[in-house]
Amino acid sequence: MIARVAGAAAGLALLLAPVVASPYQVTLLLPAFAYAIALLGLNLLFGTTGLLSLGHALFVALGAYTAAWLTTRAGVLSLEAIVLAAAALAAVIAVPVGLLCVRYVKISFGMLTLAFGMLFYSFLYKFYLVTGGDEGIRVLRPVLLGQPFAGLDKVGFLTGPFYYYALALLVLAAAVMRRIVRSPFGLSLRAIRENPDKAAFVGVSVRRYRFYAFAIAAVFGAVGGTLLAVPTGLADPQLAYWTHSGNLVFMLLLGGFHHFLGPVVGAVVFIFLQDAVMSLTAYWRFVFGALLAVVVIFFPGGLLGLLARERPA
Amino acid sequence: MTLLEAVDVRMFYGSFCALDGVTLQIGRGEFVSIIGPNGAGKTTLVNVLTGLLAPTSGTVRFKGENVGGVGPVRLARLGMARAFQLVNVFPGLTVGETIAVAVLARLGRGARLFAALAGERRVWDEVRSVADLFGLGGALDRPARTLPQGDKKLLDVASAFALNPEVILLDEPTSGVSTADKHTIMEVLVHAAARLGIHSIIQVEHDMDIVFGYSDRIVALHQGRVLADGPPAALQANETVMATVVGRAHA
Repeated sequence: MIARVAGAAAGLALLLAPVVASPYQVTLLLPAFAYAIALLGLNLLFGTTGLLSLGHALFVALGAYTAAWLTTRAGVLSLEAIVLAAAALAAVIAVPVGLLCVRYVKISFGMLTLAFGMLFYSFLYKFYLVTGGDEGIRVLRPVLLGQPFAGLDKVGFLTGPFYYYALALLVLAAAVMRRIVRSPFGLSLRAIRENPDKAAFVGVSVRRYRFYAFAIAAVFGAVGGTLLAVPTGLADPQLAYWTHSGNLVFMLLLGGFHHFLGPVVGAVVFIFLQDAVMSLTAYWRFVFGALLAVVVIFFPGGLLGLLARERPA
Repeated sequence: MTLLEAVDVRMFYGSFCALDGVTLQIGRGEFVSIIGPNGAGKTTLVNVLTGLLAPTSGTVRFKGENVGGVGPVRLARLGMARAFQLVNVFPGLTVGETIAVAVLARLGRGARLFAALAGERRVWDEVRSVADLFGLGGALDRPARTLPQGDKKLLDVASAFALNPEVILLDEPTSGVSTADKHTIMEVLVHAAARLGIHSIIQVEHDMDIVFGYSDRIVALHQGRVLADGPPAALQANETVMATVVGRAHA
């Protein structure tokens, strides 16, 4: 009951944020929404299936570069088309990467995903003609549902139509992911997380299901990446760098990977906390490092682990 | 009619010969126990029979199909299930979910992405009936990790039975449970097998009371070879075999 009231209050607050909060705070929510979508996917892989990717930023960057390339070089401005293209591209890239990675588990899986993330980073950095090299590629303002909103300045666009577009996409992504984790497939993934050998002996195709989870996570990562690139107006190689993947894992731990909404809470709290700490000290990375240690040691269930009873992701 | 057969199976680990020309057939309706001292090759034989290991030479056929090294998923689909010596459950899943994983896999519904698990009525009906057979019907919502050891063992076997296999291979089904619980578990198991239409049971077992009390046939292994293969009475009468395999004359 308390959880439902808290959820309804949070939903209302997000709906009213552009009206009651400052434009600056609203623009902070935009990357939080983008990360939340990417993390919902990452948590299908980690919280539900038990595979920790240390290179998930690859797919976030892929989504951002898809938005950049399509808006700047192909003249495609429809965000729906961009999101669909990013999702399709992520699924295509996930096939070879995922098929190789899911042959391994635990640290080997983590290191392989890290390696692919860094390969993609190097590609973005070095293939200047395609990727813009270290300068990246600009992301032009997209058209939302056929509407260019030409009369709005950048802040008005981001804190108005784009905010609600991103929020709607997050709600849609969460609804789809909720359906997935509560499906027979979701149960099979949890069985694999709990005991892969036993799962195989009751007929679950462990490697195949892990691959499906990887591909779904990749698609969510890329969709999040497209939303992430619009407010900054830039896709650059840092998006694929391993520290960005590390931040994604941090957000997941912060929110609580045992809980379905842990990724969303983790993304929002991370972004606002980062902003607050950065405004206080230049040593914000030091503070975040210490915070990560505290979370892992004292609050392994993350923020939602403190508030709610443990519930499978 | 032969369901499962091993023909001249040899298995080497480096230069060590774990199985040396093992040939045996398991027929429909048989309850076969595999016995032998430690190091006799029982675990290797079970791993070869269940497709986990490909034999170095020789063939293993299940329903006429060569299944050497095909892996557990393929064998489960063909109709062979296995329960392990050590309790092997999904600790974080409930009893109902544990059995449902197997039922979903058998029905080919495990990969359904957008179907609601709660709405899979046929699956849950089957889960309830299997759980009832094993006395777990009242614990469907209980996490497996919170069950007593004996119930965990039953749940492990129940999830294998939920595959409705034709052959089930049980690796020391009563190990780790109290002497008092052993016969209860065996009775539940044999009754459930009959109710679910499981044709053959193969078990590896050290407890000779269980072996001689329930088996139709006993295969005795020694140093990777089949030392004796026959009904319990024949093995019991063979003092050499009993001394070699059991270490004493079984009363």
